[in-house]
Amino acid sequence: MHRKTILQAKDDLQKKKYSSVELTEAIYKRISDVEPKVQAYVHLTRDIALKQAQEADKNLGAGSNAPLLGIPIALKDLICMQNVRTTCSSKMLDQFISPYDATVVNRLKKAGAVILGKTNMDEFAMGSSTENSWHHPTMNPWDLQRIPGGSSGGSAAAVAAHECLAALGSDTGGSIRQPANFCGITGLKPTYGRVSRFGLVAFASSLDQIGPMTKTVADSALLMNVIAGNDPKDSTSANVERPDFMKGLDRSLSGLKMGIPKEYFTSGIDSEVEKSVEEAIKTLESLGVEKVEVSLPHLKYSVATYYIIASAEASTNLSRYDGVKYGYRSKKSDNLLEMYMNTRQDGFGEEVKRRIMLGTFVLSSGYYDAYYLKGQKVRTLIKQDFENAFNQCDVIVAPNSPVTAFKLKERIDDPIKMYLSDIYTISANLAGIPGIAIPCGISKTDGMPIGLQLMSRHFDEESLIAVGHHFQKNTDHHLQQPPL
Amino acid sequence: MSDKIDINKIAKLSRLKLTETESTKIVLYLEQVIEYIDKLNELDTTNIEPTSHILPVQNVFREDIVLDSADINYLAASPSSNKGHYEVPKII
Repeated sequence: MHRKTILQAKDDLQKKKYSSVELTEAIYKRISDVEPKVQAYVHLTRDIALKQAQEADKNLGAGSNAPLLGIPIALKDLICMQNVRTTCSSKMLDQFISPYDATVVNRLKKAGAVILGKTNMDEFAMGSSTENSWHHPTMNPWDLQRIPGGSSGGSAAAVAAHECLAALGSDTGGSIRQPANFCGITGLKPTYGRVSRFGLVAFASSLDQIGPMTKTVADSALLMNVIAGNDPKDSTSANVERPDFMKGLDRSLSGLKMGIPKEYFTSGIDSEVEKSVEEAIKTLESLGVEKVEVSLPHLKYSVATYYIIASAEASTNLSRYDGVKYGYRSKKSDNLLEMYMNTRQDGFGEEVKRRIMLGTFVLSSGYYDAYYLKGQKVRTLIKQDFENAFNQCDVIVAPNSPVTAFKLKERIDDPIKMYLSDIYTISANLAGIPGIAIPCGISKTDGMPIGLQLMSRHFDEESLIAVGHHFQKNTDHHLQQPPL
Repeated sequence: MSDKIDINKIAKLSRLKLTETESTKIVLYLEQVIEYIDKLNELDTTNIEPTSHILPVQNVFREDIVLDSADINYLAASPSSNKGHYEVPKII
């Protein structure tokens, strides 16, 4: 039962093959079987989930066809759910209980979903391996010696290990797509503003976006139908109409042009990754998608730009953790300033502290123009690269990460090397465009999943969904399973 | 490079009380990352407008109507509160 996709389980539940309570229990059984090895979750919400499942069964009996009725889903632990802990995998928020639901959680509940628990992540979403979690690392279900990617590593590992039918993650520089890639699942980062950020713990507010992490593109489309849409509680959520993403699945690909950015196939890319992506491009050509070459000349500046902007925004956003209103407070202080400084010193982990320091530096008097303003200007150039490319094509097709999942501890002491594992995903966040990672092969060198990335114009997730779905109908990469 | 970085000043602005060991490590980190981001200087950005928000969003208004307040006891999340107030160490 735990191996089902959302759409399969939805069908089974409607046909009364099993109940939502049975499905939920089966998933918790799977969790207790594999969690000692994978450690994808930081806490489970079993009591709430079983109540939601019972309620769903009642509504199924009454003929309801709410889009996620009775479907067990996991949440990355920076998405607030009322009366449940939201720790952001940080000591700072270890005891924090959310006083309200994030808009996405509210929408999941209304759609009838069953919330299984909260998944592990890099502290405050800062990281590419989930090794920066204050709780514990998470292991890649394909190889327990390897990282699942990050920062939504817990969500990706939970989906790949069938510890949930799907999960929500968040993506600031690739934090949905890179772990989805490394764990062999599908991960969609929507257009900036497509999904409300209300109730999402902020990292870098001009880049953060919540999105689905699923076993198939079709499941992502279904989840998007539930979570996307304007929200008055988030003034940056876009006031555009939400299409029916499910309708886009079988849209014809004829006349569609894919742009292949030559800069994504230069130095630094693993040869197995390059080969699989090239085969995927041939598959898409055989499905009627026309190939053109495009150029994104500022790709090599994207990581540097990102670390200026994301760290600057993070240093500002994280100033709220002062030990007064919520979260951890150091007890060893006898005046207010000492209390702030001790609280932040004890409450934040190493990576978070250095990003706050970097962000504070680039915003500080005398360096603001040289770094922060410069970063914002290069961001404009990166955005223009995409605008030019989308004059020639509808979808950009590229590798998602230059490598496959690396080993635990392999990159943790080399921040630049760690940051560069996100080089292919970061520019979509800087430009605000949507991107999706889908499995396109297994490396013959290390047996780990390889990811294909598709990107499209603002608010054109439908093209990604259509191309991705046709690709999955014609290949079996997404059906490969980890040996767990 | 390190003449640029006044680690104590940045730590104070960041409200972080770093240990000696941490300071040394963070200086190395900042030097490494700043050297890396300095490659943006290869680009001439003289007449380029900065991007702070990716979508053309201006002010977002709504009708001035009274809605129900959320019935939430925010003080419950505080590490220390007293008689309906947040409690902090003595200021003066």
